[in-house]
Amino acid sequence: MRARAVKLGLRSWVGWRRGFTSKADPQRSGRVTAEVIEHLERLALVDFGSQEAVARLEKAIAFADRLRAVDTDGVEPLESVLEDRCLYLRSDNVVEGNCAEVLLQNAHRVVEEYFVAPPGNISLPKQDEQEPFSHN
Amino acid sequence: MLGRTLREVSTALKQGHITPTELCQKCLFLIKKTKFLNAYITVSEEVALKQAEESEKRYKKGHSLGDLDGIPVAVKDNFSTSGIETTCASNMLKGYVPPYNATVVQKLLDKGAVLMGKTNLDEFAMGSGSTDGVFGPVKNPWSYSKQYRGKRKQKAHGENEDSNWLITGGSSGGSAAAVAAFTCFAALGSDTGGSTRNPAAHCGVVGFKPSYGLVSRHGLIPLVNSMDVPGILTRCVDDAAIVLGMLAGHDPRDSTTIQDPVKPFTLPTLADVNKLCIGIPKEYLAPELSSEVRSFWSKAANLFESEGAKVIEVSLPHTSYSIICYHVLCTSEVASNMARFDGLEYGHRCDINVSTEAMYAATRREGFNDVVRGRILSGNFFLLKENYENYFIKAQKVRRLIANDFVNVFNSGVDVLLTPTTLSEAVPYLEFIKEDNRTRSAQDDIFTQAVNMAGENLTSTIPEPHAKEPEQLHVTSFSYLPITNELAGIIETFVVT
Repeated sequence: MRARAVKLGLRSWVGWRRGFTSKADPQRSGRVTAEVIEHLERLALVDFGSQEAVARLEKAIAFADRLRAVDTDGVEPLESVLEDRCLYLRSDNVVEGNCAEVLLQNAHRVVEEYFVAPPGNISLPKQDEQEPFSHN
Repeated sequence: MLGRTLREVSTALKQGHITPTELCQKCLFLIKKTKFLNAYITVSEEVALKQAEESEKRYKKGHSLGDLDGIPVAVKDNFSTSGIETTCASNMLKGYVPPYNATVVQKLLDKGAVLMGKTNLDEFAMGSGSTDGVFGPVKNPWSYSKQYRGKRKQKAHGENEDSNWLITGGSSGGSAAAVAAFTCFAALGSDTGGSTRNPAAHCGVVGFKPSYGLVSRHGLIPLVNSMDVPGILTRCVDDAAIVLGMLAGHDPRDSTTIQDPVKPFTLPTLADVNKLCIGIPKEYLAPELSSEVRSFWSKAANLFESEGAKVIEVSLPHTSYSIICYHVLCTSEVASNMARFDGLEYGHRCDINVSTEAMYAATRREGFNDVVRGRILSGNFFLLKENYENYFIKAQKVRRLIANDFVNVFNSGVDVLLTPTTLSEAVPYLEFIKEDNRTRSAQDDIFTQAVNMAGENLTSTIPEPHAKEPEQLHVTSFSYLPITNELAGIIETFVVT
């Protein structure tokens, strides 16, 4: 029952992607392939949701590509403007805490002092694994 | 009373001309009256009245906590406030009540400030219009000014009075509108690429971005860890200086705050610019710059020259790459920072329970809007193994070149840079939404984000009071507190007189 709800929920998510791969949009550069989309969605756990979103990513990449024109030979990357200083490290003493109750209040699913998570180690279904759904 | 400066009202409170409760009630009344601006997400009426009452007790005993005691302030809704909902204008955090105060909020409260409420913003502070939050867009109070209405009436009769309202700019639009509409005397914003200065410019108020490391970020829900800073919005520079004095300083809870001691300071009353060297970066003379902003920029530069300052042209050669660099670094850090929103410990959680991955994916789809998701995906793209060197590291190298541009200019005898904040005045909402968030951010952040990347600069925007719509000047300097505040104060004195 729950598994079906997931499939239904994800079908629309996956369905548009299948639609995407079967169309060739002449305006796009092709940098963002179906493979890249799937990879990004899996890494980010956030979906594109539409062709416009993919097009926006392509525009963003084209925008970023303009950095290639800058000569950065011999230049070190700048990670932080405070790179010349040492970050402050406080001494290793417990000065606050014991606020489990307050912290647990913000979670939706809690059992005693545990946050409840669904089972892990189950990957999201891949695009080609969706075939059986269309027959449901 | 509400139109006075912070210092004036503070004096009035000390002298008993008005009580904190009366002041608080006036502001609450005005907030209700200006509800159509949509500047506030949460109005903390009960909390404010209680704080005002306590302030009143202190004043009666003669134990006021200082210049901020009893002063109504507002806080952008991406700062954690204990017991008060903090949403970042996102479905992801609707109903989230933090169990602690951000350091800057705590500092304000410790000095007796009265918290009127949490202000509206672009979702997760991503945007330059304050139009993309789940609670709707913020309207610029100037849309209702005589000057703007007069201009509009000439154009079209019979159109809906309210259809052509102006945006506030963003992402701290709610804070800027709250200050501009006199509902509070100071507001906190955040500034990553211009999010405090841009709306300050469009709403005709002072927007101050401290140097990175000067003010604590603890409790500010992070966007870009290497660039975020809390910002201050007020109606005059002196007020911003007062607030900055209270907020600056090392915080053991934010190890990126500098440990140098912060000395208290006051702005000079007399303006003497004879020893000042002002730089005008030539690359900021963009073709898209509107003629009104350009002429105001010239006017300001000439004003300084006529008073004895040295005004010279300088160069920041990598200016045109700055916004691109910012775009790559911002989306990359965002991709990382947004990973914490998974529905498990706080925030929105969807109903799917099949697996953690499915739950996370659905929660994040439901909780984030297109803009946030777009930036997360872009950031993840730039951080892919095959792209890391060519995009992320490349952008970090360009960032160093940009920071060096500023260092070189300030090492050559220039004390302060004078630039516009935005390309043009505030545009109508209907005009603004013709382009997507990413395009608009790339356009609107063009002048402001470079200093976020260089980090060491304090910048302030000063309103031009006689313009039909607010116009702004941008003042950047390479040193810590006192000097830029002095300069900003000096500039303000010139501009206002």
